[in-house]
Amino acid sequence: MRILRILLEKEFRQIFRDPAILRIIFMMPMIQLLVLPMAADYEIKNVNVAVVDLDHSTYSIQLVNKVKASGYFNLVDYNESFEKSLEYVEHDQADIVLQIPASFEKDLVREDKATLFMALNAINGVKANLGGAYLRSIINDFNREVRLDWVQLPRVNPQPTFQISSINWFNPLMNYKIFMVPGILVVLVTMVGSFLTALNIVKEKEVGTIEQINVTPIHKYQFILGKLIPFWVLGLTTLSIGLTLEWIFYGIVPVGNLSTIYIFAAVYLLGVLGLGLLISTYAQTQQQAMLISFFLIMIFILLGGLYTSIESMPVWAQVFTKFNPVSYFIEVIRMVVLKGSTLYDIRFHLLAAAAFAVVLNSWAIVNYKKRS
Amino acid sequence: MKENFAISVRELTKRFNDFTAVNAITFDVKQGEIFGFLGANGAGKTTAMRMLCGLSFPTSGQAMVAGYDLYQDAEKIKKSIGYMSQKFSLYEDLTIRENIRFYGGIYGLSDHEIKTKTETLVHQLHLEEQLNKLVKSLPLGWKQKLSFSVAMIHQPKIVFLDEPTGGVDPVTRREFWTLIYEAASQGTTVFVTTHYMDEAEYCDRVSIMVDGRIDALDTPLELKRKFNAPSMEEVFVQLARKAKRTE
Repeated sequence: MRILRILLEKEFRQIFRDPAILRIIFMMPMIQLLVLPMAADYEIKNVNVAVVDLDHSTYSIQLVNKVKASGYFNLVDYNESFEKSLEYVEHDQADIVLQIPASFEKDLVREDKATLFMALNAINGVKANLGGAYLRSIINDFNREVRLDWVQLPRVNPQPTFQISSINWFNPLMNYKIFMVPGILVVLVTMVGSFLTALNIVKEKEVGTIEQINVTPIHKYQFILGKLIPFWVLGLTTLSIGLTLEWIFYGIVPVGNLSTIYIFAAVYLLGVLGLGLLISTYAQTQQQAMLISFFLIMIFILLGGLYTSIESMPVWAQVFTKFNPVSYFIEVIRMVVLKGSTLYDIRFHLLAAAAFAVVLNSWAIVNYKKRS
Repeated sequence: MKENFAISVRELTKRFNDFTAVNAITFDVKQGEIFGFLGANGAGKTTAMRMLCGLSFPTSGQAMVAGYDLYQDAEKIKKSIGYMSQKFSLYEDLTIRENIRFYGGIYGLSDHEIKTKTETLVHQLHLEEQLNKLVKSLPLGWKQKLSFSVAMIHQPKIVFLDEPTGGVDPVTRREFWTLIYEAASQGTTVFVTTHYMDEAEYCDRVSIMVDGRIDALDTPLELKRKFNAPSMEEVFVQLARKAKRTE
């Protein structure tokens, strides 16, 4: 016990003496949580539209105004040449070309139907898809209005239509920030827990102090605990700072119990620390540790369901996410923050986190050798 | 193997793949002796020393250190030895006091013992003013003396010093050797490697390693007589010239 205390004392002294670590622990959550969510925006805004109006009728002008007024679109140009509008697309200045044919109003009034043409710049598939869908729904809206206003409706509508009404559960305003911010916090806690641990131990290898420790009668478990406990505390500190920032800046207050998050995080961090320890047993230099860490964090983020839904990944990728501890925490924090899930609801996640902790730490301990 | 030897080595060998770093060395170190472990760069000194400290597994051979078997009781050996590696290995971002406390603590010294140790040690090294300064701010010579004192903090039976005076000025080197003599006079066995031949003359006995083998082992006086050389330097050069291994 005394030896552990001595080790912890030294570790905390070094951490609080290192301005870089303090900066990472306090500044990283600030910047990542305050800046990244602004950029990690799912909503498509500022879709650039070039309108080719060959009709110049009341209807066509009304339609264009409606598109403009929606707030999602910027009207890049309004002209009479499809070629010219396509040039905007070629120069990446327009995402969509909407062509209104010359007979638009005439067809609409006389034949009760008209055709519009839409050309999408599909380089960014998501933007093309969503932009196209927005535009389509605006046109549909317009279509309905026209029918109501001008076409005499019979008392009984000969064409039955479905009306769908929906309600958004858990995130009524579909605020993407409530969804993204807790996820980003998870990545942050993971990075502090694993990579700081790895770098810390590898630094001792590089400087040579680990050899001085290995020549003392200190036990392997003492040394490892002495390294893990400080970073466990730091991980939970980062989590607390992050949750506070979320509350102050985004007004995000978990619907569920805060202790559920902490209980899960406490177990989760053990696994993450084990990963850091494992990296440190393989890496000989801080550079190696950094590169391994980069490699892993990319996988963690992209296969963790932070930006993309795991359910829509191909099956093989979904299998991978099962081996990604980050995916469990992201799911848990979203469940607790948005849905108010309880400890009972996340029991399997907790079990998975515990399994990661056992496997990664055992692996690391076996691999850590006082003697080569 | 006799009990009264501090270190007793028989046919100790370390192979890295097909490279034999240490080739079946055999020697004994008496208790309280200052044993010089000489050899050219790459002759295998550090590898041999690392094996004796329990940092590296021997490929074959036997060794007893401080009365314990190297294979079975490596952790017990660690309680009885001090080690000062070639690399400076105190924590640069801790103060002198904190370093002493840390190493004293992990060797199991009580708070009271650490306190008295700190006082005597600091007094001995004239570091009173620097006690609360970060170790990285100290000049190299002081760092080395401090390292030695920290390696001695738990009063080990044997202390292993790997080129302790590399890059240190002559005055500090002399001071360093005063520390070594003091330790030896109190019964600590000193196992030291060096490239300075004047330091070799200070040792009770000297072994010279060439290409992983021990080619000569005796008192400096005997060695000079045997090789018909005026100085240890001459003895060393005669032996080291035979080396086929390049770094």
